[in-house]
Amino acid sequence: MLKMVENIFKNLVSKPATRMYPFEKREPFKDSRGQIEGCEIDKCIFCGICQRKCPANAIVVNKAEKSWEINQFKCVICNACVEACPKKCIVASASHKTAASTKETLKIVQPEKKADKEAEAKDENKVTA
Amino acid sequence: MSSTVIPFGPQHPVLPEPLHIKLIMEDEKIVDAVPAIGYVHRGLEKLTETKEFTQNVFVVERVCGICSVMHAMAYCQGIEELMNIEISDRAKFLRVIWAELHRIHSHLLWLGLLADAFGFESLFMQVWRDREKVMDIMEETAGARVVISANTIGGTRRDLNKEQMDKILVVVDEIKHDLEQVEAVFLNNYTVKHRLVGRGVLSKADAIELCAVGPMARASGIPMDLRTTGYAAYGQLDFEPVTHNDGDNYARTYVRLHEVYQSIDLIKQAIAKIPEGEHVVPVKGNPPKGEVISRVEQPRGEVLYYLRSNGTKNLERLRLRTPTFQNIPSLLKMLPGSELADVPMLILTIDPCISCTER
Repeated sequence: MLKMVENIFKNLVSKPATRMYPFEKREPFKDSRGQIEGCEIDKCIFCGICQRKCPANAIVVNKAEKSWEINQFKCVICNACVEACPKKCIVASASHKTAASTKETLKIVQPEKKADKEAEAKDENKVTA
Repeated sequence: MSSTVIPFGPQHPVLPEPLHIKLIMEDEKIVDAVPAIGYVHRGLEKLTETKEFTQNVFVVERVCGICSVMHAMAYCQGIEELMNIEISDRAKFLRVIWAELHRIHSHLLWLGLLADAFGFESLFMQVWRDREKVMDIMEETAGARVVISANTIGGTRRDLNKEQMDKILVVVDEIKHDLEQVEAVFLNNYTVKHRLVGRGVLSKADAIELCAVGPMARASGIPMDLRTTGYAAYGQLDFEPVTHNDGDNYARTYVRLHEVYQSIDLIKQAIAKIPEGEHVVPVKGNPPKGEVISRVEQPRGEVLYYLRSNGTKNLERLRLRTPTFQNIPSLLKMLPGSELADVPMLILTIDPCISCTER
C-alpha cells in the first residue's frame, strides 16, 4: 500500500517520458545518418565510384551530361557513398529524411554545367599564354 | 471426438512478424500443430549473389532488424577468415560493445512483447522506455537506431572516443537500475507466474534431440553459449552462460532477463579492457576460392553462415541458418497438450524472428 502511494507521488511529479512531437522536436545527434542531401557538384569529378559502391543502386552518375542524381526512395542511408568518394563531396546530414511533397518527383537530378569554370580556365590560359 | 482447426493466423497482435500455425484442437486442448512459413520471403540469399562482397554487408544487416549487428558480424568474420585478414584488437572489442548493446535492445524488446502478450501493457511501455535509452546511445555512437551498420570488412566503421564510452557506461547503469525495479514484476508477481510457470515445458532430453539453440536450450538446463568459444574478444572477457533447469516459459523469461544483466557486465568489462589501435584495416582484392563457416551468438541463439567464393568479387553462395528456424521444431513439440489461451505466450517464448527465418 505504501509502495503504491510512493509510486503515485513519483508519477505525479515527474515529467512525461514522451514528447509532443510536431510541436517539440528532438535535435538530431551529431553523427547520426539522417539523409543524403546531395553532392557538391563543383567538386565532383564524376568518377562513378559512389554508383558502384551503393548497395541499393540509388545513385546514377552521368559523366557525359555531368549530372549526379540520387533516388531518395531507394537510398538506405548507409553512407557507403560518403566514405567511398575520393573528393569527399557527398553531403550527408543528420536530420532524418524529409517527406516528398509530390509523388511524381522521385528523382533529385542535379545537373549543373561546369561551363562557367571552363570559361574561366580558358580566360586564364589566354592571359598566361 | 471431433476436432477443430483454428488458424493462428499470419496476422496476430502478439506476433512481431507473420507466422501461420494451424492448430488442430479437441475442445480446449491442442492435439497437433502444422506450421507454414514463407510470408516474408524476400530472396536475400539470391540477392547477395548479384552484389559485390563489400556491398553484401548492408544486405545481410537488413535480414533482421532486431539482430542486425550479429548478422553483419558473422558475415564480416567469415570474409575475414576467407581472405586471411587479421583485424586489430581494438576493432574486436568495439564489435563486442556494439553487439552486447544490440543484445540488450533485443531482450528488452522481447520482455516488452511478453508483457503485452498477457495484457500487461503498462509493463510493456516501461520496458520499452528503457529500451529507448539503448536506441539513443546506439544512434549517438554508431549513427542509426536499429540497423546500425557499425561493422565492415576489416573492422568497424567508426571509433568510440573516451567521452562516448563514458556515456555508454552511464546509460547502461541507468538501464540496470530501472530493470531491477521491474524484475520483481516479471519473476515474482503472482498473476504473471500463473501464466508462465509450468506452461510449455521442454525437457532437457527433448531440447538435445530437437537441437534447440539459444535461450531455449539454456532454459532447459543445457549450458550452451557460443560466446564461450572465444570469437571476437569474447575470449578475453569473463562470463558464464545463464541457465535454468525447468524448461518452461518462466525459465526462458528468467534466462533472457539475466542475460541483460550479463550483457551490461560484459560491456563494462570490454570498456575497461579495450586497447588502443586502429579500428579498421584496409582490404584489397577479392576473396580467394574457398568456403568458410562462421558462427555467432545472436540474441536468439546460434546463427551459422556458409560462404563460398570462386575468386571473383561476387560470392558464389551465401547461406544462413538462423536460430528461429532451428527452434521451430521445439515449438511444435511444446504445443500439443497446451491450452488455446497459452498459445500466444508459447509462440512468443521462442522469440520468433520470422524475417530471419525466411530471409
